[in-house]
Amino acid sequence: MERPLTEHIHPNRPALNLKEYEAVGGYAALKKVLKDSSPKQVQQAVQDSNLKGRGGAGFNTGMKWSFVPMDNAPRPKYIIANADEMEPGTFKDRLLLEGSPHQLIEGMIIAGYAIQADISYIFLRFAYKDAAKILRKSIQEAYDAGYLGKNIQGSGYSLEMYLHTGVGRYMCGEETALLNALEGKRATPRAKPPFPQVSGLFGKPTIVNNVETFCCVPHIIAKGAEWFKSISKSEDGGTKLYGVSGKVNKPGLWELPMGVTIRELIEEHAGGMKNGLKFKGALPGGASTDFLTEQHLDVKMDFKSVAAAGSRLGTGTMIVLDDATCPVGFVHNLQHFFAQESCGWCTPCREGLPWVEKVLLSLENGEGKKEDLDILHMHTKFLGPGNTFCALAPGAMEPLESALKYFADDFEKHIRDKKCPYHN
Amino acid sequence: MLTPDEKHEIDHEISILPHRKAAVIEALKIVQQHRGWVNDESVGAVADYLDMSPAEVDSVATFYNLIFRKPVGRHIILLCDSISCYVMGYQKLYAAIQDQLQIKFGGTTSDKKFTLLPNPCLGCCDRAPALMIDEDLYTDVTPDKLAEIFSKYS
Ligand SMILES: Cc1cc2nc3c(=O)[nH]c(=O)nc-3n(C[C@H](O)[C@H](O)[C@H](O)COP(=O)(O)O)c2cc1C
Ligand code: SF4
Repeated sequence: MERPLTEHIHPNRPALNLKEYEAVGGYAALKKVLKDSSPKQVQQAVQDSNLKGRGGAGFNTGMKWSFVPMDNAPRPKYIIANADEMEPGTFKDRLLLEGSPHQLIEGMIIAGYAIQADISYIFLRFAYKDAAKILRKSIQEAYDAGYLGKNIQGSGYSLEMYLHTGVGRYMCGEETALLNALEGKRATPRAKPPFPQVSGLFGKPTIVNNVETFCCVPHIIAKGAEWFKSISKSEDGGTKLYGVSGKVNKPGLWELPMGVTIRELIEEHAGGMKNGLKFKGALPGGASTDFLTEQHLDVKMDFKSVAAAGSRLGTGTMIVLDDATCPVGFVHNLQHFFAQESCGWCTPCREGLPWVEKVLLSLENGEGKKEDLDILHMHTKFLGPGNTFCALAPGAMEPLESALKYFADDFEKHIRDKKCPYHN
Repeated sequence: MLTPDEKHEIDHEISILPHRKAAVIEALKIVQQHRGWVNDESVGAVADYLDMSPAEVDSVATFYNLIFRKPVGRHIILLCDSISCYVMGYQKLYAAIQDQLQIKFGGTTSDKKFTLLPNPCLGCCDRAPALMIDEDLYTDVTPDKLAEIFSKYS
């Protein structure tokens, strides 16, 4: 089984430095591209590979790049790695950042070449201190070796790269809010259109991609779009970093062919549920995805299959709910997070999320009333898609709406018994 | 007033950006690095230096979780209170910290050693529950390990 992204990442060994990375074939894809391919050819190869963005929304990466103006385009153009990873339950980009910084840098340079970007940023969340250190060192190594800066490898193409570390806010991960944060503003989202591909950072054409997305790119160039599709078990190309957290025997992160089933992840890789506990449900791809339950264990973890089951692949890092953990408390914890991290730009989200949080807390405390459930249902509509500026609020409603559907008994029991059946 | 060192560092940030204002987050980070937190006077100094109004600077300073507009202790404890840590029982850690340090979220110990803050997901959910003190990450933390962890800081 091929693991292109993590093949050279070992838990007890520091990340490969530039020389070591080159020795295992690193930067060969970049050299090949600079020598043999036009920017449009790179865009086409990535589009053909069916690489879909790993940041959550799953948009075809090559197609996204193709919207950037190429001839007589405004300058400078920007390429940005979204390394904000703050979605609760998500811990995949950390591995790539700490374990293989040159893979990310090479992917970004190739992507930069494909859209003819002039400047690149890695937007890194504050908490990843080790990643910041190793990225700084690796960017310098890449400059020293002539992979960054002016006239890269004598090709005439130039790219600058900077590391930006954030100061903490989930909204910085939202593509357009990230651009505002980089411009030194509050991280509120921007109205679209114009899309960042046309008018992004400082009003110039900009591509934002997830860390894992960039890390796939050198491999697609080196081994081809057909190979990339062939290592997947689904129609989405490539492998995927899958994670499982919660009360399983071996929580962890694994690079597997895109499209393994939930059952395989939990039973084989995560070692099954902890002693005496039963699987009750899971958020398949981070905090802002809908619950799936036992009936969905054989669903394949690819974008289309998870969507058909009523949820989203999201970040592919799953949070497991066991039968001894209260689903109401679980959802209350999520809504507390979303209410806290709401940027306050639009009313339904700013006012609605704290209300939802309070209602859930009163249910947890045994003070809930039957009408409270109507209030929660109402919010899943008011804060749903189309009513807010960004996807934070609709994302927050996904676990709530699905919990109300699958765990209705638990909600009702809290009201009937006037206490939490799990905590007392 | 900004110190020469602070100005020097902020100037570097300005030099790689298309306009001065864009450096405001970096400037706040730099000031906080030197002064521990960002008081009203610092907001004013940054505003002057970047040709912004204090209100504009403060709107940015108050937006971000880790720009401190109140004094903090010598060390910052960030306890993850997000979902994987909830499932794995961060609540027990919080109770133990309250007990040992006599502070709640947002509080600073009377000797000014620690400030305790809740923090969204630290990105190590397979090793929950987790907390961070300054630059150091601690995973799979249990209440009985806390005393030893705290003793490393002075
Ligand atoms: C509230 C919010 C937070 C987000 N956080 C992240 C993040 O931390 N990392 C990320 O890659 N994408 C995040 N996204 C998705 C980005 O907006 C964007 O879709 C993604 O970076 C695009 O990259 P991709 O096409 O490679 O997936 C977030 C979206 C929302 C609405
Ligand atoms: S949905 Fe929430 S987070 Fe998104 S723009 Fe509106 S207020 Fe901000």
